[in-house]
Amino acid sequence: MAREETISRNLDWITVLLFIVCVTVGWLHIYAAIYNPENPLWIGDQGFFDTNAGKQLIWIGTTALIIIAILVIDYRFYDTFAFFIYGFFMFMLVAVLVVGTEVKGSHSWFRVGSFQLQPAEFAKMATALALAKYLSTPLVNLTKLKDQVNAALIIMVPPILILVSHETGVALVFASFLILLYREGLPGFYPASFLTVIILFVLALIYEQWQIYIGLGVLVGLVVWIMPHYERKTRNIMSIIGVAMVMGLFVTGVDWAVNHILQEHQRNRIKVLVDPDFDSKKTGYNVRQAKIAIGSGGLLGKGFLQGTQTKFDFVPEQSTDFIFCTVGEEHGFLGSVVVIGLFVGLLLRVAFLANRQKNRFARVYGYGVVSIIFFHFLVNIGMTIGLMPVIGIPLPFFSYGGSSLWSFSILLFIFLKLDAHRSEMLSRW
Amino acid sequence: MDEVRKKIINGFFILIALIYVVRLFFLQVVDESYKLDAQNNAIRKIVQTPFRGLIYDRNHKLIVYNTPVYDLYITPKKAKVQDTLRFCHLFNITRSTFDSLTKLARVFSPVRPSLFIRQLSIQDYAKVQDAMVDYPGFSFQMSSIRTYQHKSMANALGYVGEISPERLEKQADEGGEEYYRQGDYVGVTGLERFYEEELRGQRGEKYVMVNSRGIEKGPFRNGTFDRPPVSGKSLISSIDIELQNLADSLMQHKVGSVVAIQPQTGEVLAMVSAPTYDPSLLAGRTFSKYFQTLNLDPLHPLINRPPSAYYRPGSTFKLIQALIALQMGVITPGTGFGHGGAPLKCHCGGNSNSLMMGIRNSCNPYFYQTFKRIIYNNHEHNLFKKSAEGVRRWNEMAAKFGIGQKLDVDLPNETSGKLPSVEYYNKVYKGELSWKFSNIYSLGIGEGELIINPLKMANVAAIIANRGWYIRPHLVKGIGKIGSIDTKYKEKVSVGIAERHFAPVIEGMVGAVNAGTVAAEARMSDIQICGKTGTSQNRVGEDHAIFIAFAPKENPKIAIAVFVENAGFGGSSAAPIASLCIEKYIKGKVERKAMEERWKNKSYLGNVLSVLSHSKGIVRKPKPKAYELLKTTRERIFPLVPEAPQKPTLKIPMLSPEQIAAEQARLTELKEAKAKKALKK
Repeated sequence: MAREETISRNLDWITVLLFIVCVTVGWLHIYAAIYNPENPLWIGDQGFFDTNAGKQLIWIGTTALIIIAILVIDYRFYDTFAFFIYGFFMFMLVAVLVVGTEVKGSHSWFRVGSFQLQPAEFAKMATALALAKYLSTPLVNLTKLKDQVNAALIIMVPPILILVSHETGVALVFASFLILLYREGLPGFYPASFLTVIILFVLALIYEQWQIYIGLGVLVGLVVWIMPHYERKTRNIMSIIGVAMVMGLFVTGVDWAVNHILQEHQRNRIKVLVDPDFDSKKTGYNVRQAKIAIGSGGLLGKGFLQGTQTKFDFVPEQSTDFIFCTVGEEHGFLGSVVVIGLFVGLLLRVAFLANRQKNRFARVYGYGVVSIIFFHFLVNIGMTIGLMPVIGIPLPFFSYGGSSLWSFSILLFIFLKLDAHRSEMLSRW
Repeated sequence: MDEVRKKIINGFFILIALIYVVRLFFLQVVDESYKLDAQNNAIRKIVQTPFRGLIYDRNHKLIVYNTPVYDLYITPKKAKVQDTLRFCHLFNITRSTFDSLTKLARVFSPVRPSLFIRQLSIQDYAKVQDAMVDYPGFSFQMSSIRTYQHKSMANALGYVGEISPERLEKQADEGGEEYYRQGDYVGVTGLERFYEEELRGQRGEKYVMVNSRGIEKGPFRNGTFDRPPVSGKSLISSIDIELQNLADSLMQHKVGSVVAIQPQTGEVLAMVSAPTYDPSLLAGRTFSKYFQTLNLDPLHPLINRPPSAYYRPGSTFKLIQALIALQMGVITPGTGFGHGGAPLKCHCGGNSNSLMMGIRNSCNPYFYQTFKRIIYNNHEHNLFKKSAEGVRRWNEMAAKFGIGQKLDVDLPNETSGKLPSVEYYNKVYKGELSWKFSNIYSLGIGEGELIINPLKMANVAAIIANRGWYIRPHLVKGIGKIGSIDTKYKEKVSVGIAERHFAPVIEGMVGAVNAGTVAAEARMSDIQICGKTGTSQNRVGEDHAIFIAFAPKENPKIAIAVFVENAGFGGSSAAPIASLCIEKYIKGKVERKAMEERWKNKSYLGNVLSVLSHSKGIVRKPKPKAYELLKTTRERIFPLVPEAPQKPTLKIPMLSPEQIAAEQARLTELKEAKAKKALKK
């Protein structure tokens, strides 16, 4: 009894409130997305639980049970069994390749009755745990190459397994751990070069190679010109030129890879990003329809259940990956800003909680939560408004889908559990 | 270090959020184009075509109405035809037709219904309806086509067809509300055209929401913007359909016109343009097939001859000359002229000692002299000046009969004809006072530069029947339930001839029928017909036979003009037809059955066709293959023995498989070109 009292007193209720608001608002949008004015179903109507909104309600109910379970389980369990959990889900990722079901071309689902579970969703949480465990080991220092390699291995294994099952979107999420590593002392060189690579990649898609080469040349000239005189040594200039050449080679490599390695549909998704009019019937259709839905919302939106674009299936995957279109259409710019505000609030709150941890395990894990949610937020909303390529990953707590809701809730509430016990955890260090 | 990184990370989150908010602001608040796109996506306007107004005859018998027909639609994705052969048999189509139709529909859209078979009659619909349970993916939609009770009066009624690009453009040029859109059906000719605005009604509009597959999802804003269709107004025509039918059948195998007018009201009782066609052939699915045939026909069955054809009035014009001369006082009923001194020959036997005799015998020298007196009836001394002044006065008086003027009948394409004026002759003879009576005397007998149409001559008969006035001829006496027609169709128009001058002219017409130029069989013992024959001369071939008349002599009930092309002498070829029509209208039936049959079967087509073969330069001969087709279709459309209306067969013109393949190839090519363009970008 005493323990539960502690839990309710120490639990960060602000985060819980944000979580509840997200899930509730998310569910209302799922309902709006499947709403059929000719046959409006509400809770209790026959057939309601066959719809996505009905099923999501079941998922939300089970999520509540899972949350209670997480809060009940001893907080030391996650620390102690972090590698075990990691190992378990790695096993599941392998198992799903053997016994899994194929859904929409990705071989990554366990089917139980009419419900499906995707272990890849949970691997994110397991990886965050394992990473936290490893980084909280005494004397691990991310400035050392050996520790960097170890951390990289922990991060790299699940996405490779996930890639095998053709679930590119989820695999990309693991790149978000770069934020966590940066927070934990990884030299700024890594995220900087990562961003550079991304920028070069996009530039390589938009411009011709020779244009980029000229650009790089001009850039080198500029850097050398503004260099303090005393720095202008042959060695420094040579290394700058060397970096530029590597960049050039990279651009050439991207060009070649895009045209030779990527599969047709992946190539198209990237092309749509840089050229919105490209193939507007097939690949571009999703992005175009998503933008129409959001754009037609205006300042205040069309009102709840009044969105014609989402209601009538113009936007594909509107209750899962494109749920944000429903927000944009029915609640307009204001609604969109509120949702973005919710996410930023959640991210900043969790980051704040992580920073107040005295225990490194809890802190690292907290940043894992922040990194994962941020990446989903970045890519999901970005793709609906045409700023990111179409990568099929859900919007946390909003999108329809049991695996995603479960995994995000577990991810978040493990951290809240750890946070609730932060004063006790200090003694364990 | 930690503090800085914390802030960098938080800053990164906020930066991204800000970028997204700015982007959303532009997408949702600044850019309006997405709202339009959304509307185009999800809201569809459905046009509901109203029923076209009906057309009744003067006795409230239905002439034109609408029949529901059923269009069969196919939704390729849902369509499953297990037994294709049975299906084809059911709809009387061939296997290749079936294949090409399904292919075409699939190219259009696999999930949206597309037209499969157009305009199935209600009988055919009933026949196939039960069997349709076995064929999911097919659905029927009701529409309507014009249906005709009778096979007559095709040209006066006109037909309804898809709006032409020119008319659409004209509408756009005129400004104002643009009612028609591509693919709309409008009245193209005849009454359907003239009364288009009354007949068409007001089309309804319904706005529905559709989903991404084009499937309807209920009304938009609960139908606030919807507008129900309003049916067109019905027309009460002045046509006596019984008379019309008789006149139509009398004119088969002939080329020409019959126009009958009720003199007191100006109401047109019958209007025949021969050759005609079965109006139902130009309604519905047979349109494209028959329109080409009719259009290529060298006899021009699609021209409504009564208001549009060009003829010379011939001797019928002598009536007008006589009336003008009497009014001018240049002759009296007792004036006689010998044959001497006239450049015109006569076959009357030289016994025209009175106006009555002159008309009875249609004496050319008599009217040469009369016209000379008309022209020279002024005080000018110079013959040239005298002639000019004479023509000016004559023109003024003749114009009042509607010669050279439009009568403003309620039909499209009315021609005004030609009544030569002083200015006209000045132009022809290159200069003022360069011509005199001797140049223009053929006008006196209705030849020369005079051009009229049958409607005008029927109106002349009505003027004489009324003894001096007419009401503009019209075919519609009432619009809708309470609507009335234009007031111009109620005013009496005087022709400026005193009533007393008509008696001697009418006496002459009585004489012409009873003892003069008219064939004996045209006479009736109980009804006195007053008529005048005319023979309009042609450069090539037989003359056109003309007869205008009214009856009975006192209180005339009907005025009529009959024109038969290349039939020879008016008294023997046109008068009997007029006589039969008069009998039908006055007695309600034709008692001279044998004569009726004979005239129905009499053919002057041989004469007409021989003229056509002579005048290669004027009428283009159709190519041999088309001509063959034409001949066979003609035989079907104008059979010697009238038969029951044919059931429409279930054949429709369609694309061949090759054409479909070509279309598909074109589409893929377009797509590829577009993709290439995008790649280059």
